[in-house]
Amino acid sequence: MNQVLRALFAPGFFASDPVHAALVVGAVVALVTGAVGVFTVIRGQAFAGHALGEVGSAGGSAAFLGGANPLWGFMGVAIVAAGLIELLGLHRPRARDVATGLVLGAGLGLAALFLYLDATSSSTTGVAVTILFGSLFAVSQQMLPSIVALSAVSLVVLAVCYRMLLLSSLSSDLAAARGVPVRALGIAYLVIMAVAVSLAAETIGAILATALVVGPPATALRLTKRPGGALVVAGLIGVAAVWLGIVLAYDSYYWPPAGHGWPVSFFVVALVFLFYLAAGAVTGMTQARRSRRSERAPRRTASGCAEHPGDAA
Amino acid sequence: MNVPVPDPSADDAILNVDGISVWLAGREVLHDVRFRIMPGEFTGLIGSNGAGKTTLFRVILGLQTSSTGSVLVGGRPLTHRNPIIGYVPQKVFFDPDMPLRARDVVGLGLDGHRLGIPLDWGRRRQAVDAMLDAVDARRFADARVGNLSGGEQQRVLIAHALISRPRLLLLDEPLANLDIGAEGEVVALLARIARGQRIAVFISAHDVNPLLPVMDRLVYVAAGKTASGTTAEVIRAEVLSALYGQHVDVLRVHGRILVVAGAEGPPGVTFEETDGVAAGPGVVSL
Repeated sequence: MNQVLRALFAPGFFASDPVHAALVVGAVVALVTGAVGVFTVIRGQAFAGHALGEVGSAGGSAAFLGGANPLWGFMGVAIVAAGLIELLGLHRPRARDVATGLVLGAGLGLAALFLYLDATSSSTTGVAVTILFGSLFAVSQQMLPSIVALSAVSLVVLAVCYRMLLLSSLSSDLAAARGVPVRALGIAYLVIMAVAVSLAAETIGAILATALVVGPPATALRLTKRPGGALVVAGLIGVAAVWLGIVLAYDSYYWPPAGHGWPVSFFVVALVFLFYLAAGAVTGMTQARRSRRSERAPRRTASGCAEHPGDAA
Repeated sequence: MNVPVPDPSADDAILNVDGISVWLAGREVLHDVRFRIMPGEFTGLIGSNGAGKTTLFRVILGLQTSSTGSVLVGGRPLTHRNPIIGYVPQKVFFDPDMPLRARDVVGLGLDGHRLGIPLDWGRRRQAVDAMLDAVDARRFADARVGNLSGGEQQRVLIAHALISRPRLLLLDEPLANLDIGAEGEVVALLARIARGQRIAVFISAHDVNPLLPVMDRLVYVAAGKTASGTTAEVIRAEVLSALYGQHVDVLRVHGRILVVAGAEGPPGVTFEETDGVAAGPGVVSL
């Protein structure tokens, strides 16, 4: 047992301050993005979520230029972008996609400018990598209280709007008929999503933020059929991916090329993807077992048409 | 709060639509629509696709403003979110990925418009179970709605609409995309609800036939105009011809009704006929 632990955790892992901070920040952010992300997936707003993360890189790089923590830049720009998407997008899904694409393009243009200015002012290109791809071990300890507070606020708002969000995800007509302020709710949700995506950008980078917002929720939706359960499972899957990613990144210091650890973000994103595939395999197996069991009594289909696989040949 | 005491001599209709006209994008979608629905009555809203059925429902729900006329629900003017009305919208698409069981959807009918998270678990669960029993949906209560058949999903939506104890139930094309067996089951369920609980059921359909055995009255919509009354009063060649603005025939075959564009229209009215299927009103019922 001790051998296994020693093989898994490289020397100095539990004594390192940056590791402690990374574990706490990573867990808090993964819980929030998991819970918020479930609605991103079921409302079909994955593209908007991705766009908010990337657009945030304009804010992150501008904040660096001004000497502030990138998180404030990520968040300021992501919230403004969320408002713009809502203003330009009207209500039709296609118009919304176009509006998202337009805001995304404009935001990335600004990011190109600010990242160039960052690189020339600090005569290093490292900042671009940090903004775009994150650096969990480099998250400032001073940011911890702000990150925890923002996460708590997001979760509280999500809890308050929980039932309305479920109802309007089911059918916006139904929600409107019940008196749910569908438009205001949509804006409120975009703002929470902007905050969650910014937190993810601070930890695993602006470009990779979507992985944490969409991946664990999509995995959870494969594993659980209860709405509340999906929020919790998504959060836990996110925490597992981030923590395991931190362990592997710390270990990778001893991997080739020797003396240079691999980026944490790489491990986190890779694990999120692997978890998703594994969940698919698990549900695939249980479904196969269930259909084998019910083979003798075929289910009546809604259309009343039985399927004949043999006919396709 | 100053709530006017209802005058017992006043009209006790649960729904009173009086002279509604609706303009959308410069086109008059509904013209001078007027009819009443009494408590516990089963009323069909019959018309082909695009006739204005959904628009009429949206007016009654307070989601669409009308340019003229008035609507009284339970004797009172329209308000946004009327607790007296239960609503089953057309084409609710349940994604199989949606983490919602049948019982979750029904529970949202109870408190889906509220802030916060539900706390009184026991009472909520009891109410949901009772409602699931009432629509005979208990056996798939814990299945994901996205994996249920069309008829089962309709039952869940009906339970969702009924659990808040409405007095008027609006259903927008609930029979579309159902097979004949499921269609009959849903109609029987709705009739039972209307009679048993004295809830007025107002159901839209493009085909009048599945509703014939249970319908008390109907409202027929064509080209934005309506005619209402019993089936015998409304589904007549003269009434429907006036509605469509061209000659139509009403055929009765084995207790079923077919409304077809007539072979010989009145002078001045032209319509095309291709392969025996007439354009214009077309075959409304098959």
